Amino acid sequence: MEKTLKRPVLLAGVLIALIALPTVADTTGYAALTSLATRVLIYGIAAASLNFVLGYGGMVSFGHAAFFGIGGYVVGILYQHYSLGEPLFGFIPGTNQLLITIPVALVVSGLMAALIGALSLRTGGVQFIMITLAFAQMLFFLFVSLKTYGGDDGLIIRRANELPGLNMRDKQTVYYVCLAITVAFFFILWRIVNSRFGNVIVGLRQSEKRMAAIGLPAYRYKLMAFVISGMGCGLAGALMANFLRYASPDMIHWTKSGELMVMVILGGVGTLFGPLLGAAVFIVLESILASWTENWQLGLGLILLFVVLYTQGGVQGLGSRLLGRRA
Amino acid sequence: MTPVLNVKGMVKRFGGLLATDHVDITVNPGEIHALIGPNGAGKTTLISQLMGELRQNEGTIELDGVPITSLPTAKRVSMGLARTFQITCLLPDYTVLDNVAIAIQVRQGHSFRFWGNVRHAQELRQSARGFLDAVGLGDRAGELVANLSHGEQKQLELAVALATKPRLLLLDEPMAGLGHVESQQMIEMLRGLRNQVSMLLVEHDMEAVFALADRISVLVYGRIIATGTVDEIRDNPEVRTAYLGEGDELC
Repeated sequence: MEKTLKRPVLLAGVLIALIALPTVADTTGYAALTSLATRVLIYGIAAASLNFVLGYGGMVSFGHAAFFGIGGYVVGILYQHYSLGEPLFGFIPGTNQLLITIPVALVVSGLMAALIGALSLRTGGVQFIMITLAFAQMLFFLFVSLKTYGGDDGLIIRRANELPGLNMRDKQTVYYVCLAITVAFFFILWRIVNSRFGNVIVGLRQSEKRMAAIGLPAYRYKLMAFVISGMGCGLAGALMANFLRYASPDMIHWTKSGELMVMVILGGVGTLFGPLLGAAVFIVLESILASWTENWQLGLGLILLFVVLYTQGGVQGLGSRLLGRRA
Repeated sequence: MTPVLNVKGMVKRFGGLLATDHVDITVNPGEIHALIGPNGAGKTTLISQLMGELRQNEGTIELDGVPITSLPTAKRVSMGLARTFQITCLLPDYTVLDNVAIAIQVRQGHSFRFWGNVRHAQELRQSARGFLDAVGLGDRAGELVANLSHGEQKQLELAVALATKPRLLLLDEPMAGLGHVESQQMIEMLRGLRNQVSMLLVEHDMEAVFALADRISVLVYGRIIATGTVDEIRDNPEVRTAYLGEGDELC
């Protein structure tokens, strides 16, 4: 009984803190905190999306940066065509409206996930890891060589996408838009994880043999999970492009896939909010360590090692145990 | 009378090894057909081929007169085939009840339903409880599978298989690793089920086989060397040398 009450209270507390954050940051003079928190939310969405296939579904994808980058490039490319006034492929007009770019990013990253997933999911285990990595790197080199869209240098988006009635040039507004989308995203993810669909996905992680024996055609469910996950990363990428006002091949590079994976592991594999926590820990550590030394990855590596060896379930698992709850 | 299961000329080769050698076997409605044979005779391989987990090189399989030879596992299950595993194969992070409920969920149709909470689906929970009560696990419903004893896991295997509402149950050594009392319970349970479902019973425990089987087939080196009633098999000299005699000496 106590446990069922504790969680909503904790969530409400975190949400209030997140709503109050920009005001607190401004009054205390740490205005940069708002930008930091925006990045945490965006990476939290991406990491939670990866965690849906990796943690819940047991499909270790090492190429999720591909969908993150696609989301970013959808925003970037549509903006470029909008500002130049020439339609894409001669008939698709560009746009700078967030209400259009986000759905387009979702659809395009979902289609790419369907394509990559359809081929990759015919394999399993290590082959799956390598083939997802290979697809993401192919996309990386594609965008590096696409001179029309900036090639190596990436695409600069001079102004963030517009939302009717809001001033998106204000960092605080962008933060609140990201927060609202994050809340909606996690609500939807929570429903999916506990649905009949989520039930079979978690079942497939535990034993594919068992799920086949009760009559489940696994492939189509894994593919659907992969598509959902890719769409989540696409959403995060679209938000990131708006926040940074920049889309570049770096978003697709395999190190980004690795970062997302580190966030998932840091926070807690197969937990709903673990990846968000992991993203927070990762980004805060990155900023703190980077202010001390250029070689901040070394410190992060040691901390990751500690988390993997000793926490049994990441920061979320550690927190639960410290609070005396069942992990 | 159409047999529930009709296998003709099944052959499976692994490289040079002939694991299944032109096997013909039938299971009639309401029958318990036992399949015995020494270790490595190819009994589990045969079950895997019947389920479609392994593809045979030759031969045909019919379920209720309908050819299922080229169907994938999932389709075969939906047509009424179910199996239990010799080495238990359950969902360890789920509770006992969840393991049965998910089998009912899959039987009910596709699972592309993304919104409602599956653990609040009362019709799934209720009917899952029914299957658990039937195998005597009713009071363990909330326990995690990882915490079950070996005997309880065997019982749960049976409950999960029954939850798919099979016409034919393929039992891969349901008594293996069970103590004497647990074995007796399992025999009673299977005997109680014979009116609902036909069974192909792979088993080493001769006491169980003789207590349950209507017919017995003996598989040695992938080949069926004899099929007959309990008494016929007991008195068959070829079977005695190939299997029963050998087994007695070793034990």
